[in-house]
Amino acid sequence: MNTTKESILKEAASSCNACKQCAPLGACIAFKGIEGALPMLHGSQGCATYIRRYLISHFRETMDIASSNFSEETTIFGGNKNFNTGIDNIISQYHPKVIAIASTCLAETIGEDVQRLIYEYQATHTVETGHDPSLPEMVFASTPSYQGTHYEGFHEAVFATVKALAKKKTTSNPFSLHQLNLFCNLISPEDIRHLKEIVADFSIKAMIFPDYSDTLDGTSWDSYQRIPEGGTSIEAIENSLWAVSSLELGTILNTLTQSAGEYLQDTFGVKNFRTGLPIGIRETDKFIEILRSFSSPPVGDLGGFPEKYQKQRGRLVDLYFDGHKYVSMKRAVIYGEEDLVVGLAAFAAEIGIIPVLCATGGESGKLEETLKEALGDLYSDEIAVGQGMTFEAMEETIRNRDLHPDLFIGNSKGYYLARKLDIPIVRAGFPIHDRIGAQHNRLLGYEGTTMLFEQIVNTLLEEKQRKSSIGYKYM
Amino acid sequence: MTQFIQDRESQIVTKGKSNFDLIGGKPSIAGSVSQRACVFCGSRVVLYPIADAVHLVHGPIGCASYTWDIRGAMSSGPELHRNSFSTDLREKHIVFGGEKKLYEALIELIDKHQPKAAFVYSTCIVGVIGDDVQSVCRQVEKLKNIPVIPVMAEGFQGTKKDGYKIACDAMATLVGTDNSKKISPVSINILGDFNLAGELWILAGYYKKIGIEILASITGDGRVNDIQNAHRAALNVVQCSGSMLHLAKTMKEQYGIPFMKVSYFGIEDMSDALYEVAKFFGKEELMDNARDLVKDELKTLLPALEPYRKALQGKKAAIYVGGAFKAISLVKALRLIGVQTVIAGTQTGNTEDYKLLKTICDDGCILVDDSNPVELSEFVKQTGADLFIGGVKERPIAYKLGIGFCDHNHERKLALAGYEGMLNFAKEVYETVCSPVWRFAL
Repeated sequence: MNTTKESILKEAASSCNACKQCAPLGACIAFKGIEGALPMLHGSQGCATYIRRYLISHFRETMDIASSNFSEETTIFGGNKNFNTGIDNIISQYHPKVIAIASTCLAETIGEDVQRLIYEYQATHTVETGHDPSLPEMVFASTPSYQGTHYEGFHEAVFATVKALAKKKTTSNPFSLHQLNLFCNLISPEDIRHLKEIVADFSIKAMIFPDYSDTLDGTSWDSYQRIPEGGTSIEAIENSLWAVSSLELGTILNTLTQSAGEYLQDTFGVKNFRTGLPIGIRETDKFIEILRSFSSPPVGDLGGFPEKYQKQRGRLVDLYFDGHKYVSMKRAVIYGEEDLVVGLAAFAAEIGIIPVLCATGGESGKLEETLKEALGDLYSDEIAVGQGMTFEAMEETIRNRDLHPDLFIGNSKGYYLARKLDIPIVRAGFPIHDRIGAQHNRLLGYEGTTMLFEQIVNTLLEEKQRKSSIGYKYM
Repeated sequence: MTQFIQDRESQIVTKGKSNFDLIGGKPSIAGSVSQRACVFCGSRVVLYPIADAVHLVHGPIGCASYTWDIRGAMSSGPELHRNSFSTDLREKHIVFGGEKKLYEALIELIDKHQPKAAFVYSTCIVGVIGDDVQSVCRQVEKLKNIPVIPVMAEGFQGTKKDGYKIACDAMATLVGTDNSKKISPVSINILGDFNLAGELWILAGYYKKIGIEILASITGDGRVNDIQNAHRAALNVVQCSGSMLHLAKTMKEQYGIPFMKVSYFGIEDMSDALYEVAKFFGKEELMDNARDLVKDELKTLLPALEPYRKALQGKKAAIYVGGAFKAISLVKALRLIGVQTVIAGTQTGNTEDYKLLKTICDDGCILVDDSNPVELSEFVKQTGADLFIGGVKERPIAYKLGIGFCDHNHERKLALAGYEGMLNFAKEVYETVCSPVWRFAL
């Protein structure tokens, strides 16, 4: 079977049921990972409102995102005035440490130069010694929604934040130096916490960015927090240029501009590593191997492989053996952001599930080669790979190619189609709008994989019980 | 802080303390975290439930993506409206224009789905890049012989309310274009019910019992041909007046159809609606039927509400919803189950609406227009509210502060209209306010 992307996707003029969101949404998630930051969208009011609503339905947290509220007049004469008023009002209402600005398609189309607006604002707010030190930092990511998807928007914001804050090396090495910049990708707050635990167990002093593990998964409050506690500190991001290395999780990331790791490597010589999202044993092994190489002197037994993780890995292998027959030769449709699709497919393949369709709304052009690399000997020509896919295109592919999937693995937007095809869906990634606990959706590491494996097996067992006339009590 | 507060001063009133009227309809301040949406959103939600039309969003993907199946508007037949169609414009279209893409998309979708009409929503950038959406619509309309209606709803042109008006104008072009439907002389159009959780079907059941036929429902469980015939109804009955009053006025001007404003939430307003509509036709029989219906319904409903009223007596509620008419009904419905409203706000109420809202609220109630999370949460703390009624954007405010919440927005899955809706409402309020989990609140 010819599996190239062209063969799957005939160029349709219209899109039906997209498998992506727009770039500013991704930027807002990343911005929520900066300590003391308030995101602002430069454009019309609806963008902020829609994105807030969309994110609230997933994270179930407050989601204050300001807007410069373009009017017709703004659109004709430019957003200068709204920008300045907007910044003034944000400062007076929120007292943020950072105002993180993302552009919308409207602002970009009328040619707003946001970087210039920032300079002008700063230039008009000075004290005798120059810049007013009480002004918040301002970060800007260019994220018109006609370019890339929410995934590119997320990474553009990560890159833009690092570029804006990690400006230049000062004379001396700061005391608070961390050795590793860990760019953790678009993952759940619970997975971020798990990554923190792992690097700590490997005795690695790391900055994890963007860290929205508290801001988007907080506790109950006594009074309203305008900007929830948590996030990667400005200081840590500033110091990212002093780190020995960067490690980026995900290998496709942002193909439109540059990644944060690339930027730090090119500009400050911070060595950049990349590895896939650590989902499944093989991808987690790769991740752990890289951490071991950073961890010096090696901690724990076996040259820097703490016993805790040996045990976790061992239990996961045991679980694979216990559960393999329930999943063997099952056919899965896997969809979502490109690096997530690669991670999930690599995991599915190693437990004997055939990822019959790997689909993404993204269009980096790199999905197929990355899948081949990650799946290695488990890659087969049976796998259909589609980029720029909508759920409608996925449905057509499933039907035209007689894929007969047994389950979907991906975000909740696939529910509509899974229901139509009468197959179960294991929810993973973003967004999850029809279940509680998206913040705690775990995929990463041996532990995350354990939970994912159990969820998949139990979903298939539930399906089998539900469709059985007998209703077995032992499965 | 001070400037911002001053700018908002005319939009916050405490009944019994401030003696000025609340000003509605002001644009949101730049830099605010408004709970309001845009013009496009207003048009999209109003037209959304028309189930046998293609709704094509012309623009980059976001606007279509965020409105995919956004309303729980149910259909008894086709479900074309539950798809999210977009031209998914890319950079090349921004540079070279998107008209060709729009044309091709329309042809493709009409051929594939055979809709009864197509609505084309222009988003923020469409006007800026100079696409002539109206001309493309005309061309396709001629070629495919179905109405292809441009909805010029660029997001920046105003507020959600302006979007309602644009949607009404779009529908007005359909009204009066067909006369084929068989209709009864005792027929009404229902305007402003969106058949969330099947609410329209509850209302239709009441009207049927009274002997009144619904010609067109605009737009819940909506059909293009019904709207085309809507000019032949005897009366327009308008709920959610913020969104639909404009269409009612247009139809009055063009076809002389009278209209009346009603609400279907709560016993009082629901019963008033049925009586008023029955009275309009001037037939004693209809009036008798309405009285019998209300009597029957209340006979079972009132005792059923009693345990909830007892449990909820003295609880306090905050309301922040889209339109003022809904807020007014909610204040009354809450009062019926022993709950006092301490905050009443809306996204799109006008000055007149707020005057009315103020008269029915108790002293000390805070009235607010176009609020934001910071204000709302402060009011909640100030008043000690036990319950928040709003939409998804308000939900985390309530839950973070450890108080109950009821969804009264597009996404609700529970019918709240009519008598059975009132019981559902009481039950929902009880389930959230009286949950034992709040003992863990800080």
